[in-house]
Amino acid sequence: MSKEKFDYFIRGEKGKYEVVIGLEVHAQVLSKSKLFSGSSTKFGADPNNQVSLIDSAFPGMLPVINEECVKQAVRTGLGLNAKINNYSVFDRKNYFYADLPQGYQISQYKNPIVGEGKVLLEMPYGSKEIGIERLHLEQDAGKSIHDMDPSNTYVDLNRSGIALMEIVSKPDLRSPDEVNAYIKKLRSIMRYLGTCDGNMQEGSLRADVNVSVRKEGDTNFGTRCEIKNVNSIKFMQMAIEYEAARQVELIENGKKIDQETRLFDTKKNETRSMRSKEDAHDYRYFPDPDLLPLKLEQKLIDDLKKSLPELPDKKKERFVKEYGLNAYEANVLVSEKEISDYYEEVAKLSDKKLAATWMMGDLFAMLNDRGLDISKSPISAKHFAELVQAIKSGEISGRIAKEVFEIMVESGDNPKKIIESKGMKQQSDPKELEKMINEILSKNKDKVDQYKAGKEKLFGFFVGQVMKLSGGKANPQLTNEILKKLLKG
Amino acid sequence: MADITNQSLNDIIENIKTKKVSSTELTKAYVKNIESAKKLNAFVTTTFDQALDNAKQFDNKPNFDQLLPGIPLAVKDLFCTENTKTTAGSNILNNFIPSYESTVTKNLWDHGSFLLGKLNCDEFAMGSSNETSYYGNVINPVGDQLVPGGSSGGSSSALAADLTPATIGTDTGGSIRQPASFTGTVGLKPTYGLCSRWGIVAFASSLDQAGPMTKNIKDCAIMLEAMSGFDEKDSTSINKKKEQYSKNLKDNIKGLKIGIPKEYRVDNMPKEVDELWEKGKKILKDLGAQLIDISLPHTKYALPTYYIVAPAEASSNLARYDGVRYGYRSKQGKDLIEMYEKTRSEGFGDEVKRRILIGTYVLSSGYYDAYYLKAQKVRQLIKKDFDDSFKKIDAILTPSTPSSAFKIGEKTNDPVSMYLNDIFTVPVNLAGLPALSMPAGVDKQGHPLGLQLIGKALDEQKILNIGYAFEKNCGYKNEIKKWWS
Repeated sequence: MSKEKFDYFIRGEKGKYEVVIGLEVHAQVLSKSKLFSGSSTKFGADPNNQVSLIDSAFPGMLPVINEECVKQAVRTGLGLNAKINNYSVFDRKNYFYADLPQGYQISQYKNPIVGEGKVLLEMPYGSKEIGIERLHLEQDAGKSIHDMDPSNTYVDLNRSGIALMEIVSKPDLRSPDEVNAYIKKLRSIMRYLGTCDGNMQEGSLRADVNVSVRKEGDTNFGTRCEIKNVNSIKFMQMAIEYEAARQVELIENGKKIDQETRLFDTKKNETRSMRSKEDAHDYRYFPDPDLLPLKLEQKLIDDLKKSLPELPDKKKERFVKEYGLNAYEANVLVSEKEISDYYEEVAKLSDKKLAATWMMGDLFAMLNDRGLDISKSPISAKHFAELVQAIKSGEISGRIAKEVFEIMVESGDNPKKIIESKGMKQQSDPKELEKMINEILSKNKDKVDQYKAGKEKLFGFFVGQVMKLSGGKANPQLTNEILKKLLKG
Repeated sequence: MADITNQSLNDIIENIKTKKVSSTELTKAYVKNIESAKKLNAFVTTTFDQALDNAKQFDNKPNFDQLLPGIPLAVKDLFCTENTKTTAGSNILNNFIPSYESTVTKNLWDHGSFLLGKLNCDEFAMGSSNETSYYGNVINPVGDQLVPGGSSGGSSSALAADLTPATIGTDTGGSIRQPASFTGTVGLKPTYGLCSRWGIVAFASSLDQAGPMTKNIKDCAIMLEAMSGFDEKDSTSINKKKEQYSKNLKDNIKGLKIGIPKEYRVDNMPKEVDELWEKGKKILKDLGAQLIDISLPHTKYALPTYYIVAPAEASSNLARYDGVRYGYRSKQGKDLIEMYEKTRSEGFGDEVKRRILIGTYVLSSGYYDAYYLKAQKVRQLIKKDFDDSFKKIDAILTPSTPSSAFKIGEKTNDPVSMYLNDIFTVPVNLAGLPALSMPAGVDKQGHPLGLQLIGKALDEQKILNIGYAFEKNCGYKNEIKKWWS
């Protein structure tokens, strides 16, 4: 694969601008119950059906930390190659809103549970490390529903108190593509770990996007704007493009960028000011006196570390070494745990390299067309391996394999059965092929003469005739060899 | 038999156990007392029917092995009680009926007692005179012009007036000990974390602690034993074995070292308070204790520290009273913000608003370091003073309050002089230690005065023992004329 050069700049009249992006990703912790109460976290329940007295902040109710959520945060931190803090503190972030029952969100401010870490991205121009500033645990708020009634707002507290991990990146991202790769990598790591399902439609993964621009070559950061609560990669990318262009335009017109919080309007595809720095909330953070500081024993951290599954970066290395894949193939095949599992099952039973090619080609295309996850693939890994083996052994040609593949998708049958019942087996008997080729050559004497006179392009014509006569079953490699031999004679 | 309601809890329990009185007779006697004591305004809510039902149930199937067999108890209206209105002395919870029972009250009921009613208190426990309650002043049975102390003023008044055999209060900066001192009763603030805070309307979470208020030390030990214990629902609850305070009560204090802190002799303290302190020292010395002069150098910073930490936590704890889910909601207000503003303006009283404002201020960006953070540091120094002293002593003896009960209205327009009332009690909350106020005598007007015993963390048994010995030798009896009935 040839390496491209990084080239994402906003081109203004007065020069090229680099876009600097930092993300605050809010990832919902995969856990049965909420961060400080026993309420269920299941998605899709009727409004206000998963709300305890604690989640709705009744008088005298007290939070009790859910240990599983703490472990999930530690696992995630370890997956991000980050420092786990043995001592962390829960703080109250105070503000009033109808869907915030306590009048404060319990979060971590000065002492987060996870410190600095890093994430590795594979970009077309090489690999790039993105720094992680911190990861902290916090409660989600409820949901205000403004469009159910013309004069009232309804509040659903099912989400209230659900555990979130806020993962703050350093301002290391430089393009919408890198943001795409970063979110996908985070999602992949957390799904491998089982700490977040990464389901963006259900709001399990959202991000606040910090964007600033600066002239290419500048070392100081420009003034940033924060775009709140963007819930899909596509919208993040659109918001960044809009926002970067807006900032460049301001600069080029000699105007100042105000540090502010903005909203991305997905319908109009634009960002809008939500509140300026002067109007920013004073959250009056202070340590929550209802909770003791969280002290983690080193043993717990070590044990969690030992029990971590193999993560994408490690698995990728192994795929390259063990299966002889190139970096690109390995990267694609480890992106989702389920994909890598499928691949490994196939690779065990068939040619490793060919399996990768066919998975990334026909299988992914089919799944993509049908909008299916690999876990829902109509072709089992075992059948797929049989197909790959049939190709490898020369039993069927690549072209026939595509037909077999289609039938497998529709019928769910194993490829052996399909090949036999439809007589699709490749003709690989040299004697039979020679007979067939001789027949064709004798029928097309004129073309043979032309070929021998130097019109070598006609070689393709002869191959075509062989395929036609064999019903596409002639082994192409063998056909080529025999044709060349006979045409020489 | 003679009026059972002026007996101690311990004697009443004996009378129940020996069937000299039934739970129903006992309960009826209290109902009668309460009905004739409306002038004291000690109750916000009474639960007579339910109490009589419970008494009947007990009498039908008595279990005399319990710590509090068939005992009716009124409790401070800061404890959430299932299906019984719980107001915290505030308009904003005027209509609030919890669906749950606080751990502490549940513990009491599990030991055989039942609810008689909910006692008036300062709004959200913010006050030292019970004058901030939305439900009006409570009168001290000691005198019809006197405050009963606060914030557990309804509790102290009801106890001293024989409207409940014992009671419980909460103590954030002295709210059990000061009212006990003002009414000639016993009040104990346990070690922070000994009693669960679950289900108690929060004032300042790092300081709040529930505790017993009783007529004597033995009763105090019984009540503490019943109400305390580890609770996994409170993350600050201490996980330790339950103690048998009443069974282990001893009056031998020979050889114990009692610290006398010089910083507790404050300017303008009435002579009687000083004399009483001297009397207390002499009694303990005569009982074989050794008096040791100690210094708690950061004591003078305790009150300002308290009035930063407590309001800061309160400003956040009280944010949940917003009219959205329960409690009072203003009918005014055209949008969310206005609804909040009107609800909280109408729902909270002046003292609560004052503390929310102070708390919001000290946590605000730009002020946090100068106030809240500094206060937390001073708090550590105050705690260290105690820790250092306790290396060489067993307990500390101080006056409970700088004066006896003051007159209703005397300090309402001067918050700072009101706050000064907590000067001896507040350091203990900041340090999370147990402390007991016990009646020790009267001033020249005949108003009760108390002495305070401060113990090491979890040393409740020791200060109860010292109190027990003191009580037997003090020669003071709290005589209150029932002028109100």
